[in-house]
Amino acid sequence: MNKIVEKENFSEKVVKIVVEAPLIAKARKPGNFVIVRVGEKGERIPLTIAGADVSRGTITIIVQKMGVSSTKLCNLEVGDYVTDLVGPLGKPTEIHNVGTVLCCGGGVGVAPLLPIVEGYKKAGNRVVTVIAARSKDLLILEEEMRKHSDELIVMTDDGSYGRKGLVTEGMEEVIKREKVDECITIGPAVMMKFCSLLTKKYEIPTMASLNSIMVDGTGMCGACRVTVDGKTKFTCVDGPEFDAHKIDFDEMMSRLGGYKEEENDKMDHFQN
Amino acid sequence: MERSEEYIKNERKQEWRVELQKLTKAKDRMAIERVEMTEMAPEERIKSQRVEVNVGLTKEQAMLEATRCMDCVNPTCMEGCPVSINIPKFIKNIERGNILEAASVLKETSALPAVCGRVCPQEVQCEQRCFYVEKLNLPSVAIGHLERFAADFERESGVISVPKIAEANGIKVAVIGSGPSGLSFAGDMAKLGYDVTVFEALHEIGGVLKYGIPEFRLPNAVVDVEIENLRKMGVKFITNYIVGQTASLDDLREEGYKAFYVGSGAGLPRFMNIPGENSNGIMSSNEYLTRVNLMGADSEESDTPILRGKNVVVVGGGNTAMDSVRTAKRLGAERAIIVYRRSEEEMPARVEEVHHAKQEGIEFLTLTNPIEYIADENSRVKQIKVQKMELGEPDASGRRRPIPMEGSEYTIDATVVVVAVGVSPNPLIPNSVEGLEVSKWGTIEVVKDKMQSSIPEVFAGGDIVRGGATVILAMGDGRKAAKNMNIYLQEKYLSNKVEH
Repeated sequence: MNKIVEKENFSEKVVKIVVEAPLIAKARKPGNFVIVRVGEKGERIPLTIAGADVSRGTITIIVQKMGVSSTKLCNLEVGDYVTDLVGPLGKPTEIHNVGTVLCCGGGVGVAPLLPIVEGYKKAGNRVVTVIAARSKDLLILEEEMRKHSDELIVMTDDGSYGRKGLVTEGMEEVIKREKVDECITIGPAVMMKFCSLLTKKYEIPTMASLNSIMVDGTGMCGACRVTVDGKTKFTCVDGPEFDAHKIDFDEMMSRLGGYKEEENDKMDHFQN
Repeated sequence: MERSEEYIKNERKQEWRVELQKLTKAKDRMAIERVEMTEMAPEERIKSQRVEVNVGLTKEQAMLEATRCMDCVNPTCMEGCPVSINIPKFIKNIERGNILEAASVLKETSALPAVCGRVCPQEVQCEQRCFYVEKLNLPSVAIGHLERFAADFERESGVISVPKIAEANGIKVAVIGSGPSGLSFAGDMAKLGYDVTVFEALHEIGGVLKYGIPEFRLPNAVVDVEIENLRKMGVKFITNYIVGQTASLDDLREEGYKAFYVGSGAGLPRFMNIPGENSNGIMSSNEYLTRVNLMGADSEESDTPILRGKNVVVVGGGNTAMDSVRTAKRLGAERAIIVYRRSEEEMPARVEEVHHAKQEGIEFLTLTNPIEYIADENSRVKQIKVQKMELGEPDASGRRRPIPMEGSEYTIDATVVVVAVGVSPNPLIPNSVEGLEVSKWGTIEVVKDKMQSSIPEVFAGGDIVRGGATVILAMGDGRKAAKNMNIYLQEKYLSNKVEH
C-alpha cells in the first residue's frame, strides 16, 4: 500500500499524483516505469515515472483517464492508498553526451519525457524540446520542461497556445535549422510513428518509448510484444525504449486495441 | 532433517506400526481395490473456474486405502519422492485413524502437502515406485490422494500444527520468488532457526501456484493456508518487490542478508515465431492464465479484461496447455481445442489432466502443428493454418520427432489462440547480479545437489535452474538448497562443523 501525498488536476482528464515509494524513488532512472493496481479487483497497469524525490521518498506519476483502471487511479485523493505499486521496471534510457538532442513529447507522453530531458541536460547535451497537445488545457509540464531544456517549442493542434500544428512541424524546423545528433519521442503511438518517419528521412538516430499493454511487467505474460527489426521483443524487459526506425508501429497500434471491446464493456459496467 | 535408512527402519519397528502390520494379512491388503477419487460431474464443473474437479476422499475411503499399503521394509516409494516424505509413516497413521499425526509427518519434509497432494505427478514418482507396481503389477497405493486427504483433513479441522522451530540464530536470509521452490526453501530454513524474508515481484504470494495453476485444480484458499503456516513459523513476506530492480542484491547485503535463494521461476513465454503470431487474440498461456487465475478476469467484478471466443485453440500438450484449454471451456468456449504436434502418447501433460479435459469436452487435434495465423481486417486472429505431422525417429527428448507432411495444410477457425509451448528463464536476476554464471539458455548454473551458484552465498533452484519443470522438483531443489546453505552459513558465521 502506497500513500498519495499530493495530487494536482492538470485538466479534466489528466492528473498528477505524488505517491510514497521510497525504494522506487531511489532506484528509478529516466525511462523506467511502474505497475500500479487500484483496489482488490484492480487491474495491473503500466505507468511511466515523471519524477522522483529521494529525500521525500516519493515518485510522481501522471495519469490520463482512459479506461476503468486509470479512472479509478485518477479518482483517488491525497491520503488514499494505491493498493499495489511495483518497480522500477524496464531498461533505463541510455543517456550519453552526444551533442544536440531533440526531445519530443505528446499528450501525457510529456511526463516520462521530463526525467529524460533532465538526464540529457545533466550529461552536457544541448537539449531542444518540442511538446505538443491537442489544445492548451491538455498541455502539461511546460514550466518544468522549459527549465531543463535549452529551448522549448510548444505546439497545439488547434493553435490555442504556442504554435498551431503537429509536433513534427516543430521538429522539422529544428532539424532544418541545426544539426541534431539524437532524437527521442514519447507520446501516442501514431505521433511516434510520424516522428520516426521524419527523423528517418533525416537519418537521425531516434528512440521511442512504448506504452504497450502489460499484465505483470516482468517478462512473464508477453502481452507487450512488439516487432522490432523483424523480431518479437517484450516491451517490459527488452524496452520500453527501442530504435524507432525499426519498430513496426502499425502492429503496435493494433495491439494497443487488442482488448478494446472488453475494456469498453468494463467501462460501461463501471459507470453504471 | 535428512533421515537415515536406520531411522526409517527404527520408525517402522515402533510398537503401533508393528501392531498395524500384524492386524491385517498381506493377502487381505492386496485384495482391496484401489480407491477411486470422487470427481465433480463434468457438465457441472465446467460452469465455474473455481469449482474443484477432485472432491477428495472420505475418512473411511482414506483409511481403507491406507490399509492397502504393505508398510514395506524397504519403502521404495520414498526414493521416488523429491522431498523424501516418510510415506509409510504418514499412510500408517491414516490407517490407524490418526490423521492429524499423518499431516504432521507430511510437514516434516514438505512445506506444501495440500498443494503436492493435488498437483504432483505421483504416477511417475512415488506411486511408480510402489511395491504394488514394482512387484505385483497392480495399481499402486493412492499415495497422492492420501497425502491430499491428510492435509485437507488438518486444514478443515482447524487444528493446524506448526513444525518445530530451532532456536533463532539471528542470521538473515533472503528468498527471491514466492513460488513452490522459494516456499519450500523458506520453510526448511525457518525450521533451522534462520530469519527468513521472501521477496515477491507480484502482489500475491505463491508464484505459479497462484498465477498459473487454475483453481479448479488447486484452490487459492488451499495455497493461502500453507503460506499462513509459513508465517506462523516466522517467515516474512514482502510483495511488490523485485530484487535486482526495486533494490539490488548489494542493497540487501547492506541490510544484513547473509545469503540468498533465487527461485524466480520461468519468466518468458515462448512463441513459435510463425507469421501472424502477433495478431490480436493470440497470447501466451502465462498471460491467459494470469488474467484469470491471479487477476480474476473470469468475474465481471474484476477490472482485468479477458478475451472470450466461440472457438478457442490452445497450442501445446503440457499441463499448462490443459489448464488453458479447460479454462477456455469454463469461460464459455463452444469448441476448446488442443493442437499438438506429436501424438497423445508423447504429451507431457499428466494422464489425469488429459482424461479430465476429455471428460469436459475438450477436442484434441494431435499430430497437428500451426504454421500461420490469419487475421481479419482489425488484426484479430480468425483462422489458424495448420499442418499434419507424422512421427519419425526419437529426438533428444527421447520422444518421436514430429515431421511435417507436405500438402496436408488446412485451416481451423478460432478467434482466441493460447500458445503454451514452454517458457524461458526470467532474465531479471541473471541480468542484475554481477558474477552470476548463467548457461546459454539463461538458466543459473549451480553445483548439482548443492544448488550453490558461482557466488557462494547465492543458491538457486526450480525453473530458473531447470528451465521448466514441476512444482515438486522445484520444491525438492528448495530443500536441497536449504540443507546446503545451512552447512555453508553454519561454517562461515557460527564456526560450526556440520555433518555433510
